[in-house]
Amino acid sequence: MTSSLRGKTAIVGMGTAGVGEAPGFSAMELLGLSVRAALDDAGMELSDIDAVFAATSSHAFASMSVVEYLGLKPKYFDSTNIGGSSFEMHLLQASLALEAGLCDAALICYGSNQRTAGGRLVSMSEPQWHETPYNPRHPITAYALATSRHMHEYGTRREDLADVAVAARGWANLNPGAFARGPLTREDVLSRRMVSDPLTAGDCCLVTDGAAACILVRADRAKDFPKAPVYFLGAAGANWHRSIQAMPDLTVTAASESGPRAFEMAEVSHGDVDLVMLYDAFTINTILFLEDLGFCPKGEGGRFVRDGRIAPGGALAVNTNGGGLSCVHPGMYGMFLIAEGVAQIRREAGERQLDRADIALLHGNGGTLSSQVTAFLGSEAAL
Amino acid sequence: MTDRRPSAQEAGPQQTFEAYLAEGRFMIQRSRATGEHVFYPKVMAPSGAVDLEWVEAKGTGTVYAITVNRKREGSYNVALVDLDEGVRMMTTISGVESVAIGTRVKARIETGEAPRVVFEPMNETAPRVANEEAHA
Repeated sequence: MTSSLRGKTAIVGMGTAGVGEAPGFSAMELLGLSVRAALDDAGMELSDIDAVFAATSSHAFASMSVVEYLGLKPKYFDSTNIGGSSFEMHLLQASLALEAGLCDAALICYGSNQRTAGGRLVSMSEPQWHETPYNPRHPITAYALATSRHMHEYGTRREDLADVAVAARGWANLNPGAFARGPLTREDVLSRRMVSDPLTAGDCCLVTDGAAACILVRADRAKDFPKAPVYFLGAAGANWHRSIQAMPDLTVTAASESGPRAFEMAEVSHGDVDLVMLYDAFTINTILFLEDLGFCPKGEGGRFVRDGRIAPGGALAVNTNGGGLSCVHPGMYGMFLIAEGVAQIRREAGERQLDRADIALLHGNGGTLSSQVTAFLGSEAAL
Repeated sequence: MTDRRPSAQEAGPQQTFEAYLAEGRFMIQRSRATGEHVFYPKVMAPSGAVDLEWVEAKGTGTVYAITVNRKREGSYNVALVDLDEGVRMMTTISGVESVAIGTRVKARIETGEAPRVVFEPMNETAPRVANEEAHA
């Protein structure tokens, strides 16, 4: 089926703010700065924006708060909050609204100050009554349980998990904007403090500050802006559970459903994909999503990432910004998947720039391996 | 439209489950028509069935996944156990630091202010349970 949405909208502005540490700024202030950066990038003004898509870790009614803070009067708005995958879903929703003529310029935005505000992962996630008597640590317990099962069924090793973190650091070392840089070995990751067996602190994403925003318009005027348009090619979401207790098979995420639907909508095959951006909240995520999105067979993810295959110079370019593990993770990371996709496709990625960057896969994850949204961005050559 | 008024005589599934636990009973739901078991307790089964009755859980199951949360104030495991009825629950394997995935386990109710179902390895050679309440 050919989708009517493929290539019909494009990102014409992308901005970030406060990536890493931004002491003294609130989440909304950082978000506001990233919106200003996106407007400047697009050569637009606030008055041009007539749709707002927002989700944060600290605002119950995110689009409402953003609208007020920025002084907007949007014709269309949406606060869908499906954790870190919210923004990939917002790409789809914004494209639908633009294509339906409900709006002309859609802003998608996120901001968080959780590193300097508390240094802990902030979540508005409510306790799950059937899990709280056992005191799981949210969210790591869930990811550790999934890791234990993957190791049991497929012989995945802690060394394989460590290789994911080492590859991410390799990319971060090519990215001056990454928060965690410097040498990192497999042994470094393995020897860090055990947090939730079998995951060490080295298997966990960063807790940083950071905000990001992008602006989408219909493709028919996407070339009227200063930067090369980054086209929306397609997106699909899949969601099977909320709490880890209810995940049918801890080794198979709903990415195995969102992926094929997104590939079909975007009319892309695996060999076409130049950049794979996977939401790496924990090292197991990268392994699970490589499998579920079809880059290797189920159970082979551990072997797939061994020995630098997803590191700089490896067979597949994965998380070239350094990922949530080494670049930035301000609670909900999904906006930063988009930011790196845009940077690579525009060829603004500096030392980490890929030779060919025409098609980027962005895969957002929300909750405890719960909500899965796969999206594709492309250059003009990809159309 | 159709209105489905909750019965005034009985509580909802969550409260009912917790009331059974307080009485020392580990009860789960089963559809009379389809025979499917439901956990955690809900007003409707995944099939859409609402003819759910409460049945005593067999209390036996198999460890599906397990982790140990390491904290300064002490470590404890969190596990997912597949009950022999075919439903899964979060729990902890009591009296041991951890067990292998696939270990057969048996439930008991840990009493106290907030009673909960915990499991113990069924293996005879498994470590003795430390919690005195196990033998109450």
